Amino acid sequence: MVKRLGQTLVTLLFLTLMVFALARLTGDPTPLVLPTEATAQDAQFFRHQYGLDRSLPVQYLIFLGNVSRGDFGVSFRYREPAIGFVMAGLGPTLRLTGLAMLLAVVVGLGLGILAAVSRNVWIDRLVNLYASFGQAVPSFWLGLMLVTLFSINLPWLPSSGHGTAGHYVLPVITLSVFASASITRLTRANMAEAMQSDFVHMERVLGLPEASIVLRHALRNASLPIVTYLGLQFGLLLGGAIVTERVFAWPGLGQIIVDAILHRDYPVIQATVLVTAVMFMLINLAVDVTCMVLDPRLRV
Amino acid sequence: MSAIEQEAGGRGRPPMLALACCVLLVIVAVLGDIATPYAKDFADLSATLAPPFWQDGGSLAHLLGTDTLGRDLLSRLIAGTRISLLTAGAAIFVAGTIGVLLGLLAGYAGGLVDAIVMRAVDAFLALPFILMALALVAALGSGVENMILVMIVTNWARYARLVRSEVLSIKGRDFVTLARIAGLAPHLIAFRHILPNALNSITVLALLDIGRAIILESSLSFLGLGIQPPEVSWGLMLADGKAYMSFAWWITTLPGLTIVATVMAFNALGDWLKLRFDPRAAL
Repeated sequence: MVKRLGQTLVTLLFLTLMVFALARLTGDPTPLVLPTEATAQDAQFFRHQYGLDRSLPVQYLIFLGNVSRGDFGVSFRYREPAIGFVMAGLGPTLRLTGLAMLLAVVVGLGLGILAAVSRNVWIDRLVNLYASFGQAVPSFWLGLMLVTLFSINLPWLPSSGHGTAGHYVLPVITLSVFASASITRLTRANMAEAMQSDFVHMERVLGLPEASIVLRHALRNASLPIVTYLGLQFGLLLGGAIVTERVFAWPGLGQIIVDAILHRDYPVIQATVLVTAVMFMLINLAVDVTCMVLDPRLRV
Repeated sequence: MSAIEQEAGGRGRPPMLALACCVLLVIVAVLGDIATPYAKDFADLSATLAPPFWQDGGSLAHLLGTDTLGRDLLSRLIAGTRISLLTAGAAIFVAGTIGVLLGLLAGYAGGLVDAIVMRAVDAFLALPFILMALALVAALGSGVENMILVMIVTNWARYARLVRSEVLSIKGRDFVTLARIAGLAPHLIAFRHILPNALNSITVLALLDIGRAIILESSLSFLGLGIQPPEVSWGLMLADGKAYMSFAWWITTLPGLTIVATVMAFNALGDWLKLRFDPRAAL
């Protein structure tokens, strides 16, 4: 456990270095920020004010110190603290991602178990088709198609924005499809294997009800790789949310980072990347802990 | 009853449809501009927003219709095939080569080298890949070359991890020990005896990565951060048609279907190969 935490810290340190290097790779931001009529003295003053005239290692240490206090500097574009933008976008993104994850788990587990226990070849084939399609469809295109269908041709749901419950339906479905397809495949494979195992045959012989065999015994045995996978999927969903938010004008981190990149607003880019990465790492840590709870053999 | 057994039983037969799709796509990508009915930028202003030929108002002059500037959709799809497959293929090839070399090194050398390579692998896999791609685009800028670079940086780590674990599992086998006793140099053992054994898994990963790379490229292009005009890619075409969805469905629908079909074909081929190489792997 201590080793696991140590690895997480090393990775985190490496990430801060990477994020710092990315912004410096592009060179001096001074000409981007100052108006064209600024004099050389103005530029000098700006560079001094932001510490850009120090050596790179010193700049990195200052950056690290500031970041650890949640200070990512001031947005070049809006002259407000960058961390404020991230905090404003965090809520909408987490709500979108969380609901999409929930839907993906329900659909994925449901379809996966159905395909694994069903004796009907056609159900298995249909589920398989859904899984292959879901893993191949780009979320932004699926989003556009859903908008065409349910907002333009059939005016049932809002196509963009945020606020009412109706605004959640299309973005959540769009974002969840890839994850639910992946979870379906994994569940189907692991459940099919668990259903073949000796303890399931034994329970059948003992006459346990089929529902109890499937849901209480086989599922518990198949759950470990699935839980591990869910953490990975949550990270992919956080990434996928960036694109989905763009399609539906959802006011989350995705909108903020894409706008920041288009306007080269580096403090905001750095803040968004690091906060998302930290969230992703915390989730993976939580997954590892959950696995230890589920499987006593992992508690070393 | 088991779907796995059923699949394993049918593993001798390749998915012909997927195979045909992949071959066709590669041919189209190689032919590129030679195969297009019109130049990809030729704007037929007398036929803007023409629908595909089977719909009212469509004609055989533009089989799949035209966009707002009267550019032929089929020609642009073909030109886009070249960019999409070229960037994905080139990136996966280079990323795979770097990953394989580092994986061989880490697995074979062990110790400190292994620790450094594996910590780097962890760090590169610690970010959702689209986020890392965005961060890189923010630093490097967009365009075809940078797209390839972004995909190399986001993809090499999985190959390194895969090859390292293969090396560790093969290293202790008798034929490798015998080769070492016979006095074969370490690099010869690595390339002649260990690499060929790991090649199956590498091929499978590469095939599955093609689909992933195509989706990444089209997503970035859709966001306006990937391929830039006058180059054309499927994601870019989709973004172009976004505003006209309500009255010109074909501009967004057809490139999207092309992406779905392409990715499904490469994934199906990868899955089939995986099952063929290792019948126990149901995933």
